[in-house]
Amino acid sequence: MSKATRRDFFKKCAAGLVVLFAVPKKIFGAALSHASKSQGHRWGMVIDLDKCTGCSACVVACSVENNQMLGSPKEAADKRIIQWLKILPVDQDGHPQARQRLIPMPCQQCENPPCVKVCPVYATFKNEEGIVGQVYSRCIGCRYCVNACPYTCKFFNWKTPLWPDEMRTGLNPDVSLRPKGVVEKCLFCHHRLQRAKEEARAERRPLRESDYQPACAESCPAKAIVFGDLNDLEGDAARLARSPRAFHLLEDLGTEPKVTYLNEGT
Amino acid sequence: MKIKRRWAFFVQLSGLFGFYLFAATVNGWFVWRAVVLYRLGDAWLPVPVFGVLIGPLFILFAVVLTSLFYATNFNKQAQPFAPPTPALTPEEETLIRPVLGLPGAGFWTLAGLLGAIVLLAVFAYSRQFIQGLAVTGLNNPVFWGFYITNFVFFIGISHAGTLISAILRIVNAEWRRSITRSAEVITVLVLSFGAGNILLDLGRPDRMLNVFLHGRLQSPLLWDVCSITTYLIASTIYLYIPLIPDIAILRDRVRGWRKLLYELLALNWSGTPREIKVLEKCIAIMAIAVIPIAVSVHTVVSYVFSMTVQPMWHSAIFGPYFVVGAIFSGIAALIIAMAILRRAYRLEAYLKPVHFQNLGALLLVMSCLWFYFTFCEYLTTWYGNIPDHMTIFYLKLTGKYAPLFWTMVVTCFVVPFGLLASPWRKTVWGTVAASVGVCAGMWLERFLIVVPTLVRPRLPYATGSYWPSWVEISLFAGCLAAFTLLYALFTRLFPIVSIWEVREGKKHAVAEVSERIRGYF
Repeated sequence: MSKATRRDFFKKCAAGLVVLFAVPKKIFGAALSHASKSQGHRWGMVIDLDKCTGCSACVVACSVENNQMLGSPKEAADKRIIQWLKILPVDQDGHPQARQRLIPMPCQQCENPPCVKVCPVYATFKNEEGIVGQVYSRCIGCRYCVNACPYTCKFFNWKTPLWPDEMRTGLNPDVSLRPKGVVEKCLFCHHRLQRAKEEARAERRPLRESDYQPACAESCPAKAIVFGDLNDLEGDAARLARSPRAFHLLEDLGTEPKVTYLNEGT
Repeated sequence: MKIKRRWAFFVQLSGLFGFYLFAATVNGWFVWRAVVLYRLGDAWLPVPVFGVLIGPLFILFAVVLTSLFYATNFNKQAQPFAPPTPALTPEEETLIRPVLGLPGAGFWTLAGLLGAIVLLAVFAYSRQFIQGLAVTGLNNPVFWGFYITNFVFFIGISHAGTLISAILRIVNAEWRRSITRSAEVITVLVLSFGAGNILLDLGRPDRMLNVFLHGRLQSPLLWDVCSITTYLIASTIYLYIPLIPDIAILRDRVRGWRKLLYELLALNWSGTPREIKVLEKCIAIMAIAVIPIAVSVHTVVSYVFSMTVQPMWHSAIFGPYFVVGAIFSGIAALIIAMAILRRAYRLEAYLKPVHFQNLGALLLVMSCLWFYFTFCEYLTTWYGNIPDHMTIFYLKLTGKYAPLFWTMVVTCFVVPFGLLASPWRKTVWGTVAASVGVCAGMWLERFLIVVPTLVRPRLPYATGSYWPSWVEISLFAGCLAAFTLLYALFTRLFPIVSIWEVREGKKHAVAEVSERIRGYF
């Protein structure tokens, strides 16, 4: 009698375990983590440091395209300039052979973004094409995402951005102006993607890779910035991203940036 | 016997129903967020985990309040109206003198001074609200500074009260009786200022409700919101319940608007043995519930930093390190508050040197623990020798922040250890001097955790620097002044030493304790 009940008990336990593990993966698959790579387009950028001359054309193009605040000298002194794309000077080697490497640095558009993880209100997110977005009308300005970003690629509007009247008329109508107190960042010129998609839809054709280029890639005189779909394995961007010269910034943090750099000539 | 209800009964009843509604809303919120997150395809497991932990706590609080309300208002053998409470002894009169007597010139001067500082802070905040955070010293890349430091510091101080008082109650430390109230008030007040500093730090305070409307429970900031809200409500209840018998004493002795206030808060208390039994049970339940909540609060505050991958933030030791630091600074704040109360209200008969000595012993233990944790944290970093971490490490130990760092070591360990391990520990001034050092040192510790990591980002694009602006400094001063002012007001409204608990202690404690000790052998 007692043996039988014990066996029953074990059987029930086993059945319970089966049920527990057989619970649809759909429910528990995403219980703790939702990191997934896009199956459709996956936009990425390759920057060839061999070709880059450090001319800063990309920085200016980015600022103008995205209506970035025009900083004053005082703001520069206060370290409150907003530049979604900046040129990072990295000193290499030591004193006798001192050499400076210039790394153009937009948001690294991580596949596994530390900033998205910590946002309390869904103001920053990774969209289905892998672009890390920012919802200006949702952001509460806690700046947690900025501090969690190991690249410090996000920016905060310390005050209401101002432009001289002459410049105000030249603002890009496709890009919303940010109010004070919110965080902003490089979105790979997402508005250009949307426009390209609309045009493709109007012409009843699929979106071609060449339809969509962010302002920095377009303006680079040395053609050092190559932009494209990383899932299109034959495309330039994907091909270059597999180059033996390719590396990522702070690779060992596991953030999997979609901005790839090509080392200087070896 | 049909009892004729007074108006206060109905107001209290509707208050109770209001709390039910609140508890139901809290539980419903978790269900709603779980559904929303699941439908978004986002990681949803954190929501049920938090919901299962926090939801029932609010139901427990509702049960505690209900049983208390029931005991004081229904099935009473006594007459419908509370009998006058037993007369106070002359010694006990000193406890309610600050409440009943008119405040002197000293109080008004203090209130005026503190009020002026608060007004300055209000003006400073209005500048920040209109112009944005540009009026602070924050910049790119030091996005967090004074406000977050103060947030962590104030939440740490809040561990003075409820946690310590709960532990002392549970272990039946009889010497607690005259100090628990002054400790619990610190918690409730300072916790609000801690949470308030997060709001001061927001770029868009007008959107703060987004935290509830679009809350994302994978974010450590939401863990803070949940934990701190629960702690604030639990410690408010935990402060209020043991106040009821004392409020009843006051209710029977005042007139005018205060009579209304006390009548409302006293829940028709008449001090029958059954009421006292229920009250003590409720206090015991709350004391047990409050301990894990308090521990969780400072743990999740540390998680805000340790969950990121930033150097010297990403540390597994941060949870317990912050909890120990919090209790450490909390005890110090309590000792300072007690010393001031003792002087200002002549409470030498209640706050005796032995209280300071016992708390001083606790402070000494926490000081050693703090040193141990700090040692572990810095030794691990140094031995590991990861370049990113070492940059911050040297910035603190030998670099720009070295003066602050070594001041912190002196005021958090060398001074308190020296004072409390020497014969001076038996004096009130000795423990107070140690406490002042600890409070300052713990503020520095919070600052040294928040700022240096941000000053040197991993990628060498810009070495930051940070110096607070007048806005941040006056808001910090304003918080301290407002806290002191509210604390002083509390002492003018309620007795700061629990009258009934001390009385119970005098009546029963000696017998109980000797009974207990006899039981050991």
